[in-house]
Amino acid sequence: MTVNTILPEIVLTIAALVILLVDVWVKKKEILGYLALLGTAATSIVALQSLTDRGYSFTGMIVNDEYGLFFQLLFLAATFVVIFMSMHYFRENTQMLGEYYSLLLFAVLGMMFMVKAADLVMVFMGIETLSLAVYVLSGCLRDDRRSGEAALKYILLGAFATAFLLFGISLIFGVTGSTNLAAIANAVASKNILGEPLLLLGMGMMLIGFGFKVSLVPFHMWTPDVYEGAPVPVTAFMAVGVKAAALAVFLRVFLVALPGLNDNWRPLLIVLSVLTMTVGNLIAISQENIKRMLAYSSIAHAGYLMIGMVAGGDSGVPSMLYYLLVYTFMNLGAFAVVMALGQKGEDNLEIKDYSGVGSRYPVLGFMMTVFMLSLAGIPPLSGFMGKFYLFSSAVKEGYVGLAVVGVVNSLISAYYYLRVTVMMYMRPSEKDIAPAPMRWSLVLALVITTFLTFQIGLFPSFYLELAKNSIFFLK
Amino acid sequence: MNIAGIPILTFLIFFPLVGIFLMLLLPSTQQKWIKWAANIITALEFLFSLLLLNNFNSAAEGMQFMEKASWIKSLNIQYLLGIDGISLLLILLTTLLTFLATLSSWSAVKDRLKEYYIFLLLLEVGMVGVFVSLDFILFYVFWELMLVPMYFLIGIWGGERKLYAAIKFFLYTLFGSVMMLVAILVIYFNYHTFDVMAIMETGKFLPMAVQSWVFLAFFLGFAIKVPMFPFHTWLPDAHVEAPTAGSVLLAGILLKMGTYGFIRFSLPLFPEACKKYMPIVIVLALVSIVYGALVSLMQKDMKKLIAYSSVSHMGFVMLGIFVFTPMALKGAVIQMINHGISTGALFLIVGVVYERRHTRLIADFGGLSSRMPVYAAVFLIITMSSIGLPGLNGFIGEFMILMGTFPVNFYWAMIAATGIILGAAYMLWLYQRVMFGKLENPANQALSDLNLREFAVFTPLIIMAFWIGIAPKPFLNVLDKPVEKIIRIVNPDYYNKPALEIKKVESAQAHEPGTPGTHGEN
Repeated sequence: MTVNTILPEIVLTIAALVILLVDVWVKKKEILGYLALLGTAATSIVALQSLTDRGYSFTGMIVNDEYGLFFQLLFLAATFVVIFMSMHYFRENTQMLGEYYSLLLFAVLGMMFMVKAADLVMVFMGIETLSLAVYVLSGCLRDDRRSGEAALKYILLGAFATAFLLFGISLIFGVTGSTNLAAIANAVASKNILGEPLLLLGMGMMLIGFGFKVSLVPFHMWTPDVYEGAPVPVTAFMAVGVKAAALAVFLRVFLVALPGLNDNWRPLLIVLSVLTMTVGNLIAISQENIKRMLAYSSIAHAGYLMIGMVAGGDSGVPSMLYYLLVYTFMNLGAFAVVMALGQKGEDNLEIKDYSGVGSRYPVLGFMMTVFMLSLAGIPPLSGFMGKFYLFSSAVKEGYVGLAVVGVVNSLISAYYYLRVTVMMYMRPSEKDIAPAPMRWSLVLALVITTFLTFQIGLFPSFYLELAKNSIFFLK
Repeated sequence: MNIAGIPILTFLIFFPLVGIFLMLLLPSTQQKWIKWAANIITALEFLFSLLLLNNFNSAAEGMQFMEKASWIKSLNIQYLLGIDGISLLLILLTTLLTFLATLSSWSAVKDRLKEYYIFLLLLEVGMVGVFVSLDFILFYVFWELMLVPMYFLIGIWGGERKLYAAIKFFLYTLFGSVMMLVAILVIYFNYHTFDVMAIMETGKFLPMAVQSWVFLAFFLGFAIKVPMFPFHTWLPDAHVEAPTAGSVLLAGILLKMGTYGFIRFSLPLFPEACKKYMPIVIVLALVSIVYGALVSLMQKDMKKLIAYSSVSHMGFVMLGIFVFTPMALKGAVIQMINHGISTGALFLIVGVVYERRHTRLIADFGGLSSRMPVYAAVFLIITMSSIGLPGLNGFIGEFMILMGTFPVNFYWAMIAATGIILGAAYMLWLYQRVMFGKLENPANQALSDLNLREFAVFTPLIIMAFWIGIAPKPFLNVLDKPVEKIIRIVNPDYYNKPALEIKKVESAQAHEPGTPGTHGEN
């Protein structure tokens, strides 16, 4: 039955709706967090079975394949950690928890549809479902002005990006006569319209639209402000989930629908990749606020990821998938530490507030060190393996220069990641940080992310195979 | 190979890690227990490393104690370990110096003891790992891993400008190594393996254009570590700010990794590029020798003086490596060990007075020999070892390097020899200013001589200095095979040349340093 192909999404929708309903009836809002966990778990279980219905469904709108499943599981895993973090973060601030959790799940729903989309219309709907939910989430601290500012900025620039994307889609539809990804590729190949300016314009518009969502330089302006203003768990969710989903759909659209144009988009991506890495890292150096620093760092990481897309082929795309996996957990971990050190949510966000943390909270200090070194790409942590795989795919395909730019950039990035450890271990403490007692859920989030940051790096074979097996759609 | 059923190299790498887990269980208030635990662990590690000697066959070709397992199948990365004579000596030096560095920290380090010893042990994991890895990626992982604990050792327990020094150290070395990583990838896509031994066995080299670039990338990585002029600027900062144990290991072991890298990877894998760039490398080595020595003469701070003397001494080692004769290469390896012993000891010597007086300025001292006679004797022996007095270890290394260089180019040998003269000048002058004269500074009146523990730290180093100086034969023996193998690749003419006179000179010299030794042993 075709409904089976979207069973995970249905389960997730039900879970989100149930949370909204239960919110009205229960006094102990705690329960909502558990419900969200339960919904995510149920969705994961159903998603794991979904490959029994491989292939296209809903008149070519949806495709069930390994690629989609890889990302869906990645999103769900990240969602688990984000919910754990949220349960700690919103321990006092409870008025809008029902909306919060259900919006979070709706955002995940959008992401899940994005990676399963086989049609530009479906891509667009997925992106909008995700974006609308995240616009609200980033503004969900109603009394915090920065949160409101973040939401407004995000919605304005997001709408701008969406317009580009939509314009690009319609141009491509105009030229090829289809919105289906495979059909577009066929039309491009058979109609001999490779040099058609409208097609190239459409491609360029879509590139800009996706560039906004992935926050590639020069379309990154919204990122630092929004990351800074949004509540920490939402920032974490945006930095890993939204970025990964946008990248996944970006990849699929360009590799499935526009492979014929890769001589056109590859040089563009090389430029964007170099710009994104370099600008992201250089600006990150001067940041004083840890959330802004992590925002610029996430921009730089999008640049590294583009290296894999430029390299393409049998090693480039799996290396991106693997890197996204690595990046998700180390970045979530870093945000979890930021949260643990914030007193009531949004305190102690200046990097200099971290002075002395290493000796006073040795375990948190250790974890933050692990995440920072992993983000900088120091072995044997997973960040190193991820970069290694990305750069090796670039060298393999002959882009040695790009790999050199990549390693020089990770050198630059080491400086600002090290600054955090300098503060934590080598400066006497300036401010009395007394973090609120940690909930078990945050402890769990920290333990999981630390463990995976080691494990994915030390024993990457399983994950590499998973990434390699997830790109059959390319063959 | 296993000893008593345990793969010995793996055991040596990860035993300190076990130690770290044990230390984590100790509460940080139990300072005495922590100290004892760290000392016992590093002592045991040293004893275990001696087991290698029992089973090492110096007549065998190739690597020994090989261990091989697949680590990351899909990327063809292996867990491949093995040692030859060169790595054997460096491992023994590592375990010995780490133990002594730990012992020397007993009263020097007072705060955050637990973390301090954990970082020392982690450093040992990285150092041993570098010397036993035969897979490029495994090597790279240990090479970088070692940066982290050293960075923290300098940054937390260092001197006034510790932050600057720690970050400079980290970024400088990282810069070199990331370039090396790209070069490693280029090698991989030419040979389709990271296995260094397998690459050597193919007997094929990279095309010249690629080889040059790869050589230069490796050169950057290793030359920064050595450090060679003009990449040396991180060294004085790191040395001066690091705690004593950090300086000892930095000078004693970490610098050797650069020269070890040249011997293990650059010479046998990129022989043609090595020959092409030989003149440039030699010039840089000679500049390092003379420049390092001249700058040492000008220093007011004892640690800085020793740091610059390292630049000079490591220049010697580089010269020995890049003239491509067996005599000089053997001398270079011996000189690496010698430098580890004598410079390690010199940093410990400075550490002794620094711990008592909290200053390292030469001008603050003078006439110490009257208050600290034992200390004066130790200092004297090590000074002599450092300047290459015959009968002590420094002589053997420098002599062999010069002997190996002489037939290749007279002028190189001559310039290098001036480095020895300058070396004698700055060391003896240092000794004179600190030890002789009148004890005028009242703060020095109360200085106490070496205590038993401190004396125990110096004893093994002094024994080694004499041993290598008088009877270097056993050390040279283990180097014969690996050195011959490398020279056969990089300079095959040497063995094919009918020029018998060079060979005669060379074999006569090979015996000469050993001769007094055989007498001594009899």
